[in-house]
Amino acid sequence: MNIFVCVKQVPDTETKVVPNGDGTFIETNAIKWIMNPYDEFAVEQALLVKASNAGSTVTVVRVGAVHDTEALRTALAMGADDAILVEGDDSLDSYMTAKALKGAIEKSGKSPDLIFSGKQAIDSDCLQVPQLLAQMLNLPSVSVVVGYEGDSSKITLKREIEGGALEVYDCSTPAVIACNKGINTPRYASLPGIMKAKKKPLAQHSLADVGVSTDDRRVVYSEFHLPPEKPAGKKFDAMDEANQANIVKEVVGLLRTEAKVI
Amino acid sequence: MDFSYNTEQQEIREQTLKFARNEMLPNASKFDQSGEMPLEILKNAWELGFVNTCIPQEYGGVGFTAGDTVSITEGLAYGCMGMNTILMANDLALLPIVIGGTEEQKKKFLTPFTEDYKIASFCLTEPGNGSDAAGIKTTIKEDGDSYIINGDKMWITNAGHADLFVVYGTFDPNLKHKGISAIVVEAGTEGIEVGAPEKKMGHRCSDTRGMRFNNVRVPKENMLGKPGDGWTIAMKTLDHSRPMVAASALGGAQCAYDHAVKYSKERTQFGKPISNFQAIQFMIANMAMKIEASRLLISKAAWMLDNGISNTKVASYAKAFAADSCMEITTDAVQIFGGYGYSTEYPVEKLMRDAKLIQIYEGTSQIQRMVIAKEIFSRH
Amino acid sequence: MAKILVFTETNKENVKSVSLEIVGKLNGHDVDVASVGDIGAEGVAELAKHGAANIHCLKGDNLDEYTPEGFANALKEFISSNSYDYVFAGSTPTGKDLLPRLAGMFDAGMASEVTNFQFDGDEFQGTRPMFAGKCLCKVRIQGPKPHFVSVRPNALGLNESPTAGAGNKADVTASAGEIRAAIKEIIKGASEKVDLSEANIIVSGGRAMKNAENFKILDELAEVIGATVGASRAAVDSGYAPHSMQVGQTGKTVAPSLYIACGISGAIQHLAGMRTSKVIVAINTDPDAPIFTKADYGIVGDLFQIVPILKEELKQLLG
Repeated sequence: MNIFVCVKQVPDTETKVVPNGDGTFIETNAIKWIMNPYDEFAVEQALLVKASNAGSTVTVVRVGAVHDTEALRTALAMGADDAILVEGDDSLDSYMTAKALKGAIEKSGKSPDLIFSGKQAIDSDCLQVPQLLAQMLNLPSVSVVVGYEGDSSKITLKREIEGGALEVYDCSTPAVIACNKGINTPRYASLPGIMKAKKKPLAQHSLADVGVSTDDRRVVYSEFHLPPEKPAGKKFDAMDEANQANIVKEVVGLLRTEAKVI
Repeated sequence: MDFSYNTEQQEIREQTLKFARNEMLPNASKFDQSGEMPLEILKNAWELGFVNTCIPQEYGGVGFTAGDTVSITEGLAYGCMGMNTILMANDLALLPIVIGGTEEQKKKFLTPFTEDYKIASFCLTEPGNGSDAAGIKTTIKEDGDSYIINGDKMWITNAGHADLFVVYGTFDPNLKHKGISAIVVEAGTEGIEVGAPEKKMGHRCSDTRGMRFNNVRVPKENMLGKPGDGWTIAMKTLDHSRPMVAASALGGAQCAYDHAVKYSKERTQFGKPISNFQAIQFMIANMAMKIEASRLLISKAAWMLDNGISNTKVASYAKAFAADSCMEITTDAVQIFGGYGYSTEYPVEKLMRDAKLIQIYEGTSQIQRMVIAKEIFSRH
Repeated sequence: MAKILVFTETNKENVKSVSLEIVGKLNGHDVDVASVGDIGAEGVAELAKHGAANIHCLKGDNLDEYTPEGFANALKEFISSNSYDYVFAGSTPTGKDLLPRLAGMFDAGMASEVTNFQFDGDEFQGTRPMFAGKCLCKVRIQGPKPHFVSVRPNALGLNESPTAGAGNKADVTASAGEIRAAIKEIIKGASEKVDLSEANIIVSGGRAMKNAENFKILDELAEVIGATVGASRAAVDSGYAPHSMQVGQTGKTVAPSLYIACGISGAIQHLAGMRTSKVIVAINTDPDAPIFTKADYGIVGDLFQIVPILKEELKQLLG
């Protein structure tokens, strides 16, 4: 089987995010980059599928800028066979990213049997690329997948929806599968794995190489700014039984209309 | 001059730290309190290649440089200095075999450590001889095809769990360091007596015991080098192990620093975060300086080893400086946490207890200064 | 005036509230609604009230249940034949799955997870959070039309005084096309409580709970709002709750969207475990309790009186 995994490099969840000087993106100088956490589940699932299908290969693909750390190296150290990097800005939109992934997969010369990705990247939180990629490749896709079973021709996937309910899909392959937490426990890259990864092939392409140009931009982001400071809390005196009901009513109302959490 | 890490080094640092943060740190307090060896975590660490980093590729090791090794140790100690001691003690025991062993000895004794998680002990210190290691009293006597070992050992890390011991003894105590020899003793050999676990201030999950070698008969081929080579082997071992021990202090210090920075931003007094107060800022700034200086010294000591340059003096600089800094940093971390820092509910008091041992074992901070002074005055 | 389609999910009777939020917000534009499957009279009335002109219910073989391909194929055909400028949908589990695929069919751009928007003439401009809400930014769409927008539920709020639309409902015959990923069953959400560290809402009790039995009033409140119950260290140390329920330094670190602290003073150990909660409600008799410095909504009062009232109020609201 030819298994592909799409990964993204995102700022560490603990990194302080601040808009850059002209508000066109965030300040990327001091950021520590990590593999998008949901993509770790995708890499792990690909490796699990590979382990139970002799002769399979796992190719990891990333579109983005080159930084100190390299998510592709981590995936190779975890056990992927080869990697493709398409060099581009970190601020590409979902359409360009999906198109670049498609181009990179086609350029590899291997016809994909399965394509895994994380359910979303925790930086832009768009949740678009897996479905877009599937559409561009004319493949079925299932997103937010928390359960995987399958052989080479048919797979059964569990997709998480509201309230922890699960939709169980029968899906033909090839397919795009966007993984959520719960599908597996990603392994650590072992140190011998890291040393071996050094020798694994990493192909590098430009956006133009994979058929993406600036004309492909569909979404323009601007005016990055910090969210307004959280206002000071509101305190209500409800020691007197007479006004307790009113106060509770007011707080519940605020939870719905102001805080929007219920 | 290049202070950057290459891709693999960066990866090694990150994966080790990730393991330390996710698997070790959350369990550090539990094993500190129970005093048990966290065997499952240790085995997991072994499976991922964090253990026995000194074993060369020819014998099944990964083939790390000294630079890699100190990065790994720093990361593991960040998770728990006690657990790191257990893991690092393996290297301390295996290094004499790497340094002084024959091809055959290396194959026989090192390879099993790459095939399964095994534990080793380095047996040098005695009840009456710690810093004065050349004065050890344990005797080795020739008897046909064997050597017979007799004597007491003290503060032996991993003694209760070890599969293999590297024991230092002397053919004649009067010969001082010239009589010292190192010999490999496999667990289960008749006459090995292991004492009860010591109750310690810190590194409580590591197993530390007194031992007695009572007419322990070992085949002659277990001797590392020739009779009398033991002292040289031990000194070369320390050149390798001191940067590692220094790195363990650095990992502990970094952990204490990270806790202190985070807490000082969260803790509010007099209406603002305590990180706004200069008293706290100065403590944090001092911590940061000492951590950076420790890391540079350790990197240099490791770099010298990797480039075949004698590093005895710099290794001692690194060990003394990093261990003393770790003690200061963890103490200040407790101070920044105030009453909470003194409580076992918060992680910093354990770090302070753990730090103390690093100033003591593998040559006290005072012995390091003696080594440094000797290097200075014997060469000028 | 742009020609806009709002896709709404339907349970054959009603539509999701986020659809009403979107339709209401779009007052002043030419707004149609489309669903796959029927919408009942009540749903149609609601949509009309908020401003929907035409309501199209797409029907056809294999469209009874959601499939990414079936719904996308059906909608594609419908959208193409009506040349909309914009297609909106709620960012619900279905919306998130469906809309990108649909946008891909038109090679069109899509703005995700918008929390507010406006039109400059016919041009959409939205605001959305990025980096898990650490940043906000403006978002515009360019390239081939229609442009697609997904809107986060509860973000816009309902239009209080919407301009009503005609609300003409019509059935449209649609085709699901080839479906390669189909739902064979739906497993209901497990009734067992979500783990604390995963919970979206947490109700926690402190020392003021007085004993283990009293935690049942928190259980009852939790039941109403689908929350998980937690406890402070003081409550755990006093034996009112097991350690597995402890939130804080030596317990679990939680980040729910709503944290209701009942009778918890707010020791720093506790705050360390829950300070990143999105919204904090505190109920405590001591007006100077430190928990109030972290609370978005503080109620100074006796939890034994307040919690039951709160439960009833929420029960009424959430029906």
